[in-house]
Amino acid sequence: MVNIDWRLRRLGQTAFTAWAVITLSFVIVRMMPGNPMGAMIQQLERRGMDPVRARQLVELRLSIDPTKPIPAAYVDYMVNMVQGNLGQSVYYQESVVDIIAQSLPWTLFVLSWATFISFFIGISVGALMAYWEGGKLDVGLTSWAILMGSIPFYVLAIMLLIFMSYRWGFFPTGGKRPTGIEPGLTWPFISGVIHHAALPILSMIVASGVASLGMRGNAIRVLGEDYLRVARLRGLSDVTISTQYVARNAILPMYTTLLIGIGEMFGGSIVLEQVFQYRGVGWYMLSATYQRDYPLMMGGFVVITLAVVIALLIADLTYGYLDPRARGQESESY
Amino acid sequence: MSDPNDGPGERDHADALEAIPDRDGSTSDADGVARTDGGNVGVDSPFEVVSQVEETRLDRFRKLYDTYIRAPFLIIWTDWRARIGFTIVFTYLFMGLVGPHIIEPTEVGEAGALAKPFQNMDYPLGTDDMGRDLLSQVVFSTTEILKMVTSGALATVGVGTMVGAIAGYKGGWIDTVLSSITDIFINLPGLPTVMVLALLLPIGNNPYVVGLLLSIAAWGGLARAIRSQMLTLRGESFVEASRAMGISSRAIIFKEIVPHLMPFVVINLTNAARRVIFSAVALYYLGILPFENLNWGITLNLAYGSGAHYRPGALHWFLVPMIAIIVFSVGLILLGQSLDRVFNPRVRARHEKRSEGSEADGEDDEMTAEATVGGV
Repeated sequence: MVNIDWRLRRLGQTAFTAWAVITLSFVIVRMMPGNPMGAMIQQLERRGMDPVRARQLVELRLSIDPTKPIPAAYVDYMVNMVQGNLGQSVYYQESVVDIIAQSLPWTLFVLSWATFISFFIGISVGALMAYWEGGKLDVGLTSWAILMGSIPFYVLAIMLLIFMSYRWGFFPTGGKRPTGIEPGLTWPFISGVIHHAALPILSMIVASGVASLGMRGNAIRVLGEDYLRVARLRGLSDVTISTQYVARNAILPMYTTLLIGIGEMFGGSIVLEQVFQYRGVGWYMLSATYQRDYPLMMGGFVVITLAVVIALLIADLTYGYLDPRARGQESESY
Repeated sequence: MSDPNDGPGERDHADALEAIPDRDGSTSDADGVARTDGGNVGVDSPFEVVSQVEETRLDRFRKLYDTYIRAPFLIIWTDWRARIGFTIVFTYLFMGLVGPHIIEPTEVGEAGALAKPFQNMDYPLGTDDMGRDLLSQVVFSTTEILKMVTSGALATVGVGTMVGAIAGYKGGWIDTVLSSITDIFINLPGLPTVMVLALLLPIGNNPYVVGLLLSIAAWGGLARAIRSQMLTLRGESFVEASRAMGISSRAIIFKEIVPHLMPFVVINLTNAARRVIFSAVALYYLGILPFENLNWGITLNLAYGSGAHYRPGALHWFLVPMIAIIVFSVGLILLGQSLDRVFNPRVRARHEKRSEGSEADGEDDEMTAEATVGGV
């Protein structure tokens, strides 16, 4: 293969993935057995709607013209997607893009804080555990992390909801913003928003305690390396050794874990938002699934997937700066 | 890319082997005194004697059993985590396979609604709001979950290993194509994908099919990990030797290299199993799949649906399926870690490297854990 800049290649790869996902959504909507388009037409006709009118309505909603042959419909669908037209929700009678645009920030708010905090805690706790390897703290925290890792985050979320909200009343039992307070950059509103988001964020953080075990393993491995001994012999200061040698090498693999975790977190947000009745993208997608609101469901699917794709792209591009070894390598083919 | 000199290579090799004794005989006849080649060898040479011990089929089985089952098991058994992990996993297997024959299925109205656990020994774990026995629900759910785990974990690991191994070994355009496909699947967020497919595909309530469905969004990560291990293994000399001998790529990958990755694959089997449980329960908890037989997710769904989270005295309805999930998952994690400890050369190497000062403390190496943050 030609030696293109790895960033360009990664960008191309992302574009390809995005295209593949949108195409997949088209295949699902239009061509799969039991596809939404057919189901919607049937639904409308059963309600006694004129077939021609039903087809027009479906076209408006799904932005796929059911009468067109598949290749032409595909081209239309792609053009619509690129223009940001995801069709219209049947249940909410609103354009899908609008619904998602006003719910996505909430999901991103919860997810980004959950990711950031759990990453930070994972690294610092893992480093502490590695430092006192074999000690009481280490054994205790390791067992704790294993236990926490065995609890699915939604189970934890339900428990938190039962105790922290319903029994003890520390946190609101659902929703995403305080009622009766004018949205704006005022402290009551902001604190209310944080108050509502606290439990969803907390359940994701606690469940990702496994990350600290990964960090611990990495740090222990790095601590055993020969180059660390050499660094000590060279008389480098402890600060240099711990930040330049241990931290950098131990955190790098964690970064990869984090990247893969992004996709899982986005997927998990559906359950999380259901438990806390937190109206983010996941909540709307689930509600669309219950209502058989196919345009909104597919819109949610495409948007969540694209969000993951973009998050991974950003993460990969920055990873290249952190780890020079990652900048594209070629291997001989057999 | 298939190797063009597949057949000829093998034939050359065989010819060469046949030719050796002829040439040897002629040279040893030629020189008389200076026995630089070691001279003629008599009939009683140990090289000429065929084994005098008859190995029966039973012996062979015993040998296989010793090397592949007994020895690894004994090694694993020395680790406390392995003991706990094995015990838990076997308990669940027992519960799922034998349990339904011992414990009666439960019915609506069998007992009073929301009976507390550990009070009436007919219903040791209590009942739900329609008077159904929760113990019976847990046991019958285990069978369903085990079916999903079997198909889901095997499919995840099978596809992941195959795609990753081929991509990593072959390189070139095959790698590019397979890696791109893997990347797409890694990018697909698990639950939404499964949700959409579950709604649209005629899945019904066959647990094996549900397992397969869950593997769709799960194999990508493993394929990528296997590929990167393959990239280092393909440069090893034994692989180069196999290639030089003209062995087909397929045989090299699956007979020569993949056995080296087997420990890694087995460990990932426990991770995949855990993942399948988490996702399946989530899917059923959300109430997306139709169901006929109970499982833990449905119990959670029914509990949430009838407001057990704010109803007084209904907490055990949530706790029973939750504990079932958590204990199984702890068992799988411990099992995976102990397997990792036994098999993983990285872990051993690390302990050898840290030469002095550290006694063998059995508490490290959580490599398996790092790939599985989050759950669903």
